[in-house]
Amino acid sequence: MKQLFPAQHVMGFLFSLLLSLVALVAVLFDLSFTAGMTILVVTALVQAGLQLFLFMHVKENAESKTLYLNILYALFVGLVTIFGTLFAMRWGYMVK
Amino acid sequence: MKWDEFFVTGEPMIYAAMVSIVVVSLAIPIALTYFKKWNWLWMNWLTTVDHKKIGVMYILSALLMLFRGGVDALLMRGQTAIPDNGLLDGQHYNEIFTTHGVIMILFMAMPFIIGLMNVVIPLQIGARDVAFPRLNAISFWLFFAGAMLFNISFVIGGSPDAGWSAYFPLASLEFSPTVGNNYYSLALQIAGIGTLLTGINFLVTILKMRAPGMTLMKMPMFTWSVLITNVIIVFAFPVLTVALALMTLDRQFGTQFFAMQSGGMDMLWANLFWVWGHPEVYIVILPAFGIYSEIISAFARKNLYGYKSMVVSMVAISLLSFVVWAHHFYTMGHGVMVNSVFSITTMAIAIPTGVKIFNWLFTLRKGKISFTTPMLYSLAFIPIFTIGGVTGVMLAMASADYQYHNTMFLVAHFHYVLIPGTVFAVIAGFHFWFPKVFGFMLNEKLGKLSFWFITISFNVTFFPLFILGLNGMTRRMYTYSESTGYGPLNMLSMVGAVGLAIGFIILVYNIYWSVRYSPRDIDQDPWDARSLEWSTHSPVPEYNFALIPTVNKLDAHWFAKKEGKPLATGKYEPIHMPNNSGLPVIMGALFFFWGFFMVFSWWIPAIVFGVLILGTLAYRSFEKDHGRYISVEEIERTENALRGAQHEN
Ligand code: HEM
Ligand SMILES: [Cu+2]
Repeated sequence: MKQLFPAQHVMGFLFSLLLSLVALVAVLFDLSFTAGMTILVVTALVQAGLQLFLFMHVKENAESKTLYLNILYALFVGLVTIFGTLFAMRWGYMVK
Repeated sequence: MKWDEFFVTGEPMIYAAMVSIVVVSLAIPIALTYFKKWNWLWMNWLTTVDHKKIGVMYILSALLMLFRGGVDALLMRGQTAIPDNGLLDGQHYNEIFTTHGVIMILFMAMPFIIGLMNVVIPLQIGARDVAFPRLNAISFWLFFAGAMLFNISFVIGGSPDAGWSAYFPLASLEFSPTVGNNYYSLALQIAGIGTLLTGINFLVTILKMRAPGMTLMKMPMFTWSVLITNVIIVFAFPVLTVALALMTLDRQFGTQFFAMQSGGMDMLWANLFWVWGHPEVYIVILPAFGIYSEIISAFARKNLYGYKSMVVSMVAISLLSFVVWAHHFYTMGHGVMVNSVFSITTMAIAIPTGVKIFNWLFTLRKGKISFTTPMLYSLAFIPIFTIGGVTGVMLAMASADYQYHNTMFLVAHFHYVLIPGTVFAVIAGFHFWFPKVFGFMLNEKLGKLSFWFITISFNVTFFPLFILGLNGMTRRMYTYSESTGYGPLNMLSMVGAVGLAIGFIILVYNIYWSVRYSPRDIDQDPWDARSLEWSTHSPVPEYNFALIPTVNKLDAHWFAKKEGKPLATGKYEPIHMPNNSGLPVIMGALFFFWGFFMVFSWWIPAIVFGVLILGTLAYRSFEKDHGRYISVEEIERTENALRGAQHEN
C-alpha cells in the first residue's frame, strides 16, 4: 500500500499550490515593485522546475540529453527574444 | 456592406480574373464528373495520409503559387519598365507587391520546401511514413486553406496593400480600413499553424524513426538541414502566431497593441515580425543548402567534404538566425548601441555560411563531375548566391545601410539570395527526386534549356536593380519621371523578367513532355546517387521499404552498391500502415470558411464554423482507428511487379 501511494507527487502537488499562493501575495499586498517582481520571478522559476522534473519526468526519459538541449535552446530563444526586444525597443530606442 | 464593396469592381484586369476563376471553378467539377474521377480524387489524393502524395500536393500547389506570384512580378516589372507608365495605378501596385511578397515566401517557397521534405525525408532515413501521418495531412490542408483564402482577396474584398511586412501604423484599421489586411492576418495565421504542426511532425520523425544504425552523424545532409530547419520552425512560428493574433485583435476587436492612440507601440509589430521573419529566411534557405549538398556530392561522385563542419555551421546559423532581426530596421530610430550589436551578429552569419561554400567547393575539387540539370543549378547557385551574400554584408553595416535601406539595392539583394538559394534549390531537387516519385525522368535537354534561360535572365532582371538602388530608386515605387534616368535599366530588367517567364514555361512544358514521352524503364537509382531513398523502387511503393535497411555508415547505399551487398535482408512481415482519413480535408475547408467570415467580421457564421472545427477535434478524440496491415502476399506481389518492371529494360 505504501509503495502504491505517490507520496512524492502529492507533496509536489501541494507544494506547487503553495507556490501559486505565495505568488498571489505580490498582488494581494501592497508591496514595492521590486519586492513583488522578486517574489514572482522566484516562485515562477521554482514552479517551472517542479513541473519539469516531477510531473513531466525530464529526468526519467531515456533521451534526457536531447530534452535538456531542447530546453536550453528554448531558453536561449525565449530570453533573446524578450531581452533583445527590450534592448531594441526600450533601452536602445530613440537614444543617441 | 454593399455588394459593390464585397466584390472588387472597376478594374478590367480584375474582371478578367473573376471570369477566369469562375470558368476554372466550374470546369474542374464538370471535368471530374464527366470523366468519373470524383472517387479517384477522394480516395487517392484528398484523403491520403501518404507522405509522398502529400509532398506531391504541396509541390503542385507551390508551382501554382509560383505562377500567381510570377504574374504579379511581371505586372510590377511591366509597370516600371518605362517612366510614367499607366499599366497599374499606385493602389494596384501596392496590392501587387504585397501579394507577390507574401505568396512567394509563404505560399511558394515554404510549401515547395515542405513538399520536398515530405517526399524525401522518410525515404532518406529508411522510414515508412512520418511520425504523425494524419497530422501531416492536416498541415497540408491548413496551408492550402490559408493559401486559397489569401488568393481570393483580390476579387472579394480587396487585397492587402501594406507590404508583405505589413508595418504598423500603415496596416492599422485607421490607415488600411479595407478588409485586405484582415486577409493577411487570418490567412497567414491558418497556414502558419499548419507549418508549426509540420515542424513538430518532422522533428519527431527525424529524431525517432531513423533506420537501425543511422546515428545522427550518419544522417544524409539534407536530413540534417531539415532537422535544423524544423527546430527553427518550432521556435520561430509561435512568434508569428502571437503577432498575427495581436494584429487581428487590433484591427477587428478594438485593442491598441500596435495602434498608437492609447499607448500602443507601432514599432513593436516590426520587431515581432522580424523576430519571426529573419529565422524564416533561414527556414527557406537551410533545406536548400541540404539539397545542394546532396546533389553536389552525388554528381561529383565524392562524399561531402567537411561533413562535421557542415553540421556545426548549420547549428551555428540556426542560433545566429535568432539574434539578428533588428538589421531590418536600423534606420527607424535605434541608438548606436543597438545598431552596432545587430551589425556584428549579422556579419557573423557570413562565417558559417562561408564555411559551407568552401565545403561545396572542396567537394567539387577533383571530382568526376557530371553536368546534369540538378547539378547545373547547384553550380550556378554558388557564385550567384555569393553575390547575394556579399551584398548582404554590405547591408549589414548599419551606417552604410542608411544609404541602401529600402532602395532597389535591397530588392536586388534579397532576390539574389532567395532565387539562387531557394528557388534554384527546389527546382534542382524537383528534377533530382522526380524519377523517385514518378518512375520516369524529366527530359534533360529541356531541363538544361530552361536552366540557361532562368539563370541568365535572373541576372539580367536583378543585376540592374543594384545600380538603380545605388542611383536612388526606392523600393515599392510605382512610377518615376523620365528625368530620373531610371528608364533604361528598368527596361533591361523587364527584358530579363520576360526571359525568366519563358524559362519557367519551358520547365512546365518539360513536365508535360516527360509525362507523355519520357521512357518508363528506368533503374531505381538513375543518377547513381548516395542515400537510402535510392535503394528502394521507383516509383516508391506505398510502404517505402519492404524490408527496413540497416545502416552502418554515411552513404551506406553507395557503399552497398560498390560492395554488392544488400542493405536489408530477412523475410517479409506484414506492414502496419495508417488509414486514409477525410477529416483533414474537411478541417481545411472549415478553416477556410471560418477565416473567410472572420475577415469580414461576420461573427455568427464565424462562430458556427469555429464550433464545427472544435467538433472535428472532439470527433477525432473518440475515433478508433488502429490502421491496417499489408499482408506478406501483397508485399510479394508488389515487389515482384516493381522488380519485373525494372528487369524488362
Ligand atoms: C521570378 C521572378 C521575380 C521577379 C521578376 C520579382 C520581382 C519583384 C519586384 C519587381 C518586386 C517589387 C519591387 C518594389 O517595387 O519594391 C519584388 C518584391 C518582392 N519579392 Fe520578388 N520577384 C521574383 C521572384 C521572387 C521570389 C522567388 C521571392 C521569394 C521567394 C520573391 C520575394 C519578394 C519579396 C519578399 C518582395 C517584397 C515585397 C514587399 O515589398 O512587400 N520574389 N519582386
Ligand atoms: Cu534578416
